[in-house]
Amino acid sequence: MPEEFDLVIIGGGVVGCMVARFLSRYQLHVLLIEKEADVGMGASSANSAIVHAGYDPVPGTLKAKMNLLGNAMWDTLAGELNFPFERRGDYVVAIGPEELPALEDLLEQGRQNGVPGMHWISGEEMIHREASINPQVSGALWAPTGGLCDPFAVTVAAAENAIQNGVTILLNTAFEDFIFERKRIIGVKTNRGEYRCRWVVNAAGLYADQVMHQAGIRPEFSITPRRGEYCVLDRAEITINNVLFPVPSAAGKGILVTATLHGNTIVGPNANPVSDRTDSATTHSGIDEIIEGAHKLVPSLNMRHIIASFAGLRATGNAPCEAPGIDYCQDFILEIPTAVQGLVNLGGIESPGLTSAPAIAQHVIDLLCDAGEKLVEKRTWQPIRPPRPRFRSLPNEERARLIATDPRYGRIICRCELVTEGEIIAEVHAPLPAHTYDAIKRRTWLGTGRCLGAFDTPRVVEILSHELGIPPELVTKKGSGSEFLVRPTKQVQE
Amino acid sequence: MALKEKYDVVVIGSGPGGLAAAVSAKEGGAEDVLVIERDLEPGGILLQCIHNGFGVEIFKKDLPGPGYAQHFINQAQALGVEFLLDTMVLDLTPQRRIFAARRGSLHDLQARAVVLAMGCRERTRAQVRLPGFRPAGVYTAGTAQRWVNVEGYMPGKNFVILGSGDIGMIMARRLTLEGAHVERVLEIMPFLTGLTRNYVQCLLDYDIPLQLSHTVNRILGHQRVEAIESVRVDERWNPISGSEEIIPCDTLLLSVGLIPENELSRKAGVRLDPVTSGPVVDDSFETNVPGIFAAGNVVHVYDLVDWVTEAGFAAGKSAAHFAITERQKETRHIPLKSGSNIRYVVPHELDKERLATGEIRLQMRVREPVEAPVWVEVRSGDHLVTRSAEPYVRPGEMVTLVLPSHCYPEVAKAQVLTVAIAPRRS
Amino acid sequence: MTETSKIICITCPKGCTLEVTHEGTTVLKVLKGCKRGQEYAKRELVDPRRMVASTVRIRGGTHPLLPVYTAAPFPKPLIQALMRTLRQVEIQAPVAMGDVVLPNALGSGVDILASRDITASHEI
Repeated sequence: MPEEFDLVIIGGGVVGCMVARFLSRYQLHVLLIEKEADVGMGASSANSAIVHAGYDPVPGTLKAKMNLLGNAMWDTLAGELNFPFERRGDYVVAIGPEELPALEDLLEQGRQNGVPGMHWISGEEMIHREASINPQVSGALWAPTGGLCDPFAVTVAAAENAIQNGVTILLNTAFEDFIFERKRIIGVKTNRGEYRCRWVVNAAGLYADQVMHQAGIRPEFSITPRRGEYCVLDRAEITINNVLFPVPSAAGKGILVTATLHGNTIVGPNANPVSDRTDSATTHSGIDEIIEGAHKLVPSLNMRHIIASFAGLRATGNAPCEAPGIDYCQDFILEIPTAVQGLVNLGGIESPGLTSAPAIAQHVIDLLCDAGEKLVEKRTWQPIRPPRPRFRSLPNEERARLIATDPRYGRIICRCELVTEGEIIAEVHAPLPAHTYDAIKRRTWLGTGRCLGAFDTPRVVEILSHELGIPPELVTKKGSGSEFLVRPTKQVQE
Repeated sequence: MALKEKYDVVVIGSGPGGLAAAVSAKEGGAEDVLVIERDLEPGGILLQCIHNGFGVEIFKKDLPGPGYAQHFINQAQALGVEFLLDTMVLDLTPQRRIFAARRGSLHDLQARAVVLAMGCRERTRAQVRLPGFRPAGVYTAGTAQRWVNVEGYMPGKNFVILGSGDIGMIMARRLTLEGAHVERVLEIMPFLTGLTRNYVQCLLDYDIPLQLSHTVNRILGHQRVEAIESVRVDERWNPISGSEEIIPCDTLLLSVGLIPENELSRKAGVRLDPVTSGPVVDDSFETNVPGIFAAGNVVHVYDLVDWVTEAGFAAGKSAAHFAITERQKETRHIPLKSGSNIRYVVPHELDKERLATGEIRLQMRVREPVEAPVWVEVRSGDHLVTRSAEPYVRPGEMVTLVLPSHCYPEVAKAQVLTVAIAPRRS
Repeated sequence: MTETSKIICITCPKGCTLEVTHEGTTVLKVLKGCKRGQEYAKRELVDPRRMVASTVRIRGGTHPLLPVYTAAPFPKPLIQALMRTLRQVEIQAPVAMGDVVLPNALGSGVDILASRDITASHEI
């Protein structure tokens, strides 16, 4: 393992991994360090999975610019990286005539941002498109360029493609400090050693402000974690076909009701600041808030059909928009600062961060070029990341063929989501290996069904123990300290 | 093991309900009975219920779960019931076609009758609204039971159990016997939800405190459970502010209810009762889909396994009866094929038995005209069953042939009848 | 000194609460119980016993653990010691349901039996 790289990326969320993937095209030695046991364990896997059309961000901001640029890149990216993506479009729904003016404003804002194809539809038409929408719907905004993805799949696909193309990704590796030579950054210190480099990309999400301060820049910038809670509703009980937003308020986009590519319906998120950057706990009051909000759009949603809930923390920054005359102070930071040398600084990446990720990655390339970095393309760059089979989506003839290639694809481990032993083992040995239960879960959707893992967990522990060559007591849910088992039944410390 | 393409009775699940159904289906005259089981061996949930209390009603014996299962497994095997193990049923159609997968193979088979005996799954954390973090160490009681008793691992050291149902109490005892510490059992109701005898022999005997009208407010701990916050509730289950208590522990066991496992039932178009969440069944345990029966916990949650066995017996017997009738219908029904110069004949198939009590009229059209005397012949293979003379045949004129009742003895032996035009010399 | 205690009978699933009038461990009268309940009450004060189920390690079988149970109710005060003893036991597959795994456990007169068959595993 070399200790000298051209570039080190701090943070393996969707932004960091996308940057790694885009950089992997060039003749650079790139290292990505991620402090958790897997990529994408923060906000990247706890969001509404929506690729936003872009009418929501304030015109003239970096958020608006990156949203629009990013949105346009998704079809190509999904085709290359082979992750689930659908351009299903989205709706902003006005309930009652008093909400219609807000829709007008949003339509106008969308035009300013350059969102293509938006138009107004009537309340009747909305009911026609989504039968269970609140009958008091007065009208809706239809944005055909909105999309749905599997956000974790995007993150891991970008990471794997980066690895395919020579990027090194180190998990369980936490950034500790910069190594400076006067005003120039020449390396990073981590809990696993020091790495020399010419550039560092700060993609540290919730901790981007701390990283900046350690670099000695932007002392006034700070990140307030804002927690967003979600509930997942059983697809056997509830069918919502579309992505439905309420009319936005000062607090944000509001509590939405959306279909997912998984088939379930998600409701949420709320937005409550928390003081602890690790506090991604769901709460009673939060769940109540989401339910109430969701009923505004779909009054018939029955909360008995909740099969899971989760929360993510947004990295809400306080950076003012740098464009003149725009009054907005929660914009992205995407810069190469002048006060130090060798830093590409990305901060305050909250919604529309997922949508913007490919555009941000491209922007990093542009920033590096502008700073004089000579980027030479690799002749062997492989943009295509090969997909791995998913048993549940295959017709029976293809299932039979899959089983013929490897008999373990016939053994169903997760009953609710039809995930096979073959798929689990493929993820354990993938280019970015999955070594924990949650890592397997994020990749295969195992354990996300009605039984929430009650059936599959002992079997997955057994498989991981076998594939990793470790005793079952060392298999973890999400990294060190989260082991499932403590000891064999018959061994007691007397 | 060579699987047949068609079985009289297929039982899905080999717990007490499935085993009893398989046994009684065989005893009830089903020629072949197949049990499909997703685990590596038969027995279902009984394999992990190593405690006593099974068989008191049926056998007048106090058996442990595995022993109770063993009795029926032995009986089933002796009767020639086939087992397909380590196999998951992926799909069941209303026509009783079954798709199943196991390591190395995908199976597509047909059943004349099906008994659904998939049992229950456990209610999860999400279904009882337990917010908080999502650390390792939150398990349903059944998952913990499987680990402790079958796989041989302890899932924690210090436990809090939510739910005073039998599974929770039994696990409280089991964990204590194996050297763990059970700190508290919490029950949201103001009364015990399991058997009182279990309260004595699982909680009182081991000095494990039970708090009624209490529940878990939230779960604490990032990587692994570090504590739970309990809270007292009022008669509407609302938390009483100020009554919160932080109970340090490393594992929370959920014993908060069972729900019938109804994925396959839905796929087969079986109507479910919203109250039980299990199939709607009549007194022969048949669902609304003809030939699909259901027995055991998959229908509703039982408290004594002996009654599950009883239900399984009844369902298996009904399934066998249905299968036998189907088989008879299949052998009774034979196809009518179009032979030489016949374009089509209606009916397409006939019920042999009907011939015993009356004639059957066949109607047909020829492909090409023959302006000369012909025979219209019905044959079983080469053997002539009956024929009628026609002076000519033309495509525009429908031809009728009566199959008389006295042909019954020959038709009864036939697999296929063929109708054809043959030349006739006067 | 005569006292009346309430004890819950565990003989059958009904779990009746018996009113037991006793002098020390000598039972004088049992109310609210059937014949089996009377027997239980008398026994419980003098020589409380329980059916115990557990597992022992098994070598060479299709499973690492064999479930076992006491052939008859076992003296309650000896249960913890029984558990410690069972932890030391390791038997060899195959085993049949009803096989005696540990005869006369701790001198109690109660055998520990195998709850099920476990066949020998053919994997090395």
